[in-house]
Amino acid sequence: MPSIAEEILQVFETQGFVTQKTQDDITTLWVPSSKLVELLQFVKNKMNRPFRMLYNISAIDERQRKHREGQPASDFTIVYHLFSFDRNEYLRIKVALLGEYPTLTSITALWENANWYEREVYDFFGVKFDGHPHMTRLMMPKSWKGHPLRKEHPTRATEMGQYNLTNELQDAELNALTFVPEEWGMSRTNGDNEFMFLNIGPQHPGTHGVLRVIVQLDGEEIADSVAEIGYHHRGAEKMAERQTWHSFIPYTDRIDYLGGVLNNLAYLLPVEKLAGIIVPDRAQVIRVMLCEFFRISSHLVWYGTFAADLGQLSPVFYTFTDRERVLEIVEAITGARMHPSWFRIGGTAMDLPNGWEKLVKTFIDYFPKRLNTYDKLIMQNSLIKARTKGIGIFTTKEAIEWGATGANLRATGLKHDFRKATPYSGYENFDFEIPVGANGDCYDRGLVRIEEMRQSLRIIDQCMKNMPSGPYKADHPLTTPPPKNHTMQDIETLINHFVGVTWGPVMPAGEAMIPIEASKGNNGYYLISDAHTNIYRNSIRTPSFAHIQMLPFITKGYSVADLLATLGAMDFVLADIDK
Amino acid sequence: MSETLTYILIIVGVLVTLLTVAAGNIYIERRLLSLWQDRYGPNRVGPFGILQVVADIIKIFTKEDWIPRFADKVVFVLAPGIILVTILITFAIVPFSPDIVIADLNIGLLFFLGLSSLGAYSLVLGGWASNNKYSLLGAMRGAAQMLSYEVFMGLSLMGVVMMTGSFSMVDIVEKQKEVWFVIPQFVGFVIFVIAGLAESHRIPFDIPESESELVAGFHSEYSGMKFGMFFVGEYLGITLISAIVTTIFFGGWLGPDFLPPLAWFTIKVFGFIAFIILLRASLPRPRYDQLIGFGWKILLPLSLINILVTGAIILSN
Repeated sequence: MPSIAEEILQVFETQGFVTQKTQDDITTLWVPSSKLVELLQFVKNKMNRPFRMLYNISAIDERQRKHREGQPASDFTIVYHLFSFDRNEYLRIKVALLGEYPTLTSITALWENANWYEREVYDFFGVKFDGHPHMTRLMMPKSWKGHPLRKEHPTRATEMGQYNLTNELQDAELNALTFVPEEWGMSRTNGDNEFMFLNIGPQHPGTHGVLRVIVQLDGEEIADSVAEIGYHHRGAEKMAERQTWHSFIPYTDRIDYLGGVLNNLAYLLPVEKLAGIIVPDRAQVIRVMLCEFFRISSHLVWYGTFAADLGQLSPVFYTFTDRERVLEIVEAITGARMHPSWFRIGGTAMDLPNGWEKLVKTFIDYFPKRLNTYDKLIMQNSLIKARTKGIGIFTTKEAIEWGATGANLRATGLKHDFRKATPYSGYENFDFEIPVGANGDCYDRGLVRIEEMRQSLRIIDQCMKNMPSGPYKADHPLTTPPPKNHTMQDIETLINHFVGVTWGPVMPAGEAMIPIEASKGNNGYYLISDAHTNIYRNSIRTPSFAHIQMLPFITKGYSVADLLATLGAMDFVLADIDK
Repeated sequence: MSETLTYILIIVGVLVTLLTVAAGNIYIERRLLSLWQDRYGPNRVGPFGILQVVADIIKIFTKEDWIPRFADKVVFVLAPGIILVTILITFAIVPFSPDIVIADLNIGLLFFLGLSSLGAYSLVLGGWASNNKYSLLGAMRGAAQMLSYEVFMGLSLMGVVMMTGSFSMVDIVEKQKEVWFVIPQFVGFVIFVIAGLAESHRIPFDIPESESELVAGFHSEYSGMKFGMFFVGEYLGITLISAIVTTIFFGGWLGPDFLPPLAWFTIKVFGFIAFIILLRASLPRPRYDQLIGFGWKILLPLSLINILVTGAIILSN
């Protein structure tokens, strides 16, 4: 069978295409900017087993990168990640751009979800996309000077000169937040009636954080809406460029702040790939077990707040009490609760404590009964059904078109879980089902998540019963902190230990991305190493970003109450959108 | 003691008791809710946290009483008063015991229905005067909801009126010496409780407020004691609905002799208050159109059939 690159090159001949070898074995193709749209059209629509999902668009400021052997000359590289559900494979397409502020053709006509990704690239790198319907900043405030992920942009506020919030500046910033419908191509009237523009958020009890949705209302019906994000943006990608490979781990916990160690894993898998570390079995199983605990914990937060969004006040207290039990186990194992930052390059920070089986066993016995109670209390309640069935529907095709993953995708009936499809960290050794929905509405999204908690429990049970013995950390010089037992006998180990602990490990140059099935959907860290102690570029693809971008599309025609039900069923975390 | 003085005493007594009960309800609700939600609730101020209410009152009186500059000042100030006054006046017709009733009007029930309709103005005016989109949406929903549910509220009581042959509350209680109306008029009772909840806009009918959608709905812009008045109004409303249900369907002050009539009345009323709080702890909120649809499509035909059947039975006897 020909490789993906061969299939593409057969059609396009060579025409300036360059293939690149990366550590993660994702097919990587450099394409001349003039051929980009044509190529993307081919792989999306005409190719056998096409790449239907636009997974992410990111960019790399290449101007300071030293190790670029075999790659075309480029100042700014735009990277398109695509995913094919038929092939179960990713495809990486790169476009080299030269110049300080280059431009490229927009692909919003081909993929609607390219909209936010292109705005993000413009916001962070200053690369403009011709033909984009709304080429403005996405994350940073309108008044921001410069484009933060460019290498010349300062990393710290202290490098940026003193900041004074004068009255004029404050007024200007406030005025910049005024919503002008015309800017978004919305009209103020539909001929006879004036629309009401209702500003929901960034401070609103129903948006679970600083999300801003501006809805155009015809009575109580949503004619159109705009989701405004960036209020929770903290520059995680920029911070990564100042941190060592090791010291960036705690920042990942705070991306999807309900996902805890799931974020660690998404980040560490590509790091270990770059380093060439094979993680020992015990560490892998410990990681899987903690990840599943965090999946349950995250889903419990969703479950309670979902009911609260629909006006049911009590369940949130019950599910949070159960989450507390999960966090108690997490605390006993890691010493921390929400943000344990407990995984390390090459393994985990510590071995499991004595008596961990007992804690886990107690929870496995306790939890299923609670889930049954919640079924009766929440999912079988006729008012909940009336509020969520047939609301916020999208089909599998639409979900893929918009890059929806996780439970939101499975609720449409597609049986696709990245733990099974592209197994990582030993998930192929576990026996569990992939729950799917049928209608793709809010209710099904709920059902899928609830069944996922039961399946997570099964995985945890298998982890407990089959926990391998052995080291919890790889014996590899780039493991951080490196194993210390031989430091006093062996000069090589001593040097590695000294370098790894004082400077931080130096990862071999290269690129890798190994996306995982996080609690909200597919989460992937695209890491670029320039053989340095720092990360050269860290592009984070988060599931909530794609889901919230869908919001205007799936809420059109519903009422404000349905919008909040849809938001509640969507399961997003603001930090996971804004990074 | 002269008759006038007795009346004044009763009026003052009822007023003071009601305001205390309304404030006390806040404590009861918070404690009961926390009991059902596996948590403690207020338990720090005074024994069992009972002085929490006092602390809250002090706080709410000393808070800055702010009127937004974009609001319609006069109406904005007037609105929270309306709900408080209408509900307090309605208590005039409630017979607490054979001796304690402020006014035994022969149109008592109609008086109650009339005044409860006036309560809707509080919501609508408050929401309108706030000049805020959330408040406006809340007020709009509130107006539609209260207007719709008033219809069934009135109709659901007609069965009782037919059986008693009087609108007077005292007559209605007296008539229940044989059997409480909740048994012959069970359908009427259910509809009345639902409509009553809708009138006092409590969960599951808190659509004018619907916290997770409209922030705080019609009273989003209110603060300080004006907010407090809406709040006390809500708790007085619960007390009123409980008192009316007790009077009309559960034999008012009637009960075995080992307790005085007033005690029976109080027990029944607090039983209902607890029931309404339990509803809040357990039910989600329907959507606005579902709620209105439920009213017109199910409750209206049901209450009409109830009247028809009651009438037929009375005629055949």
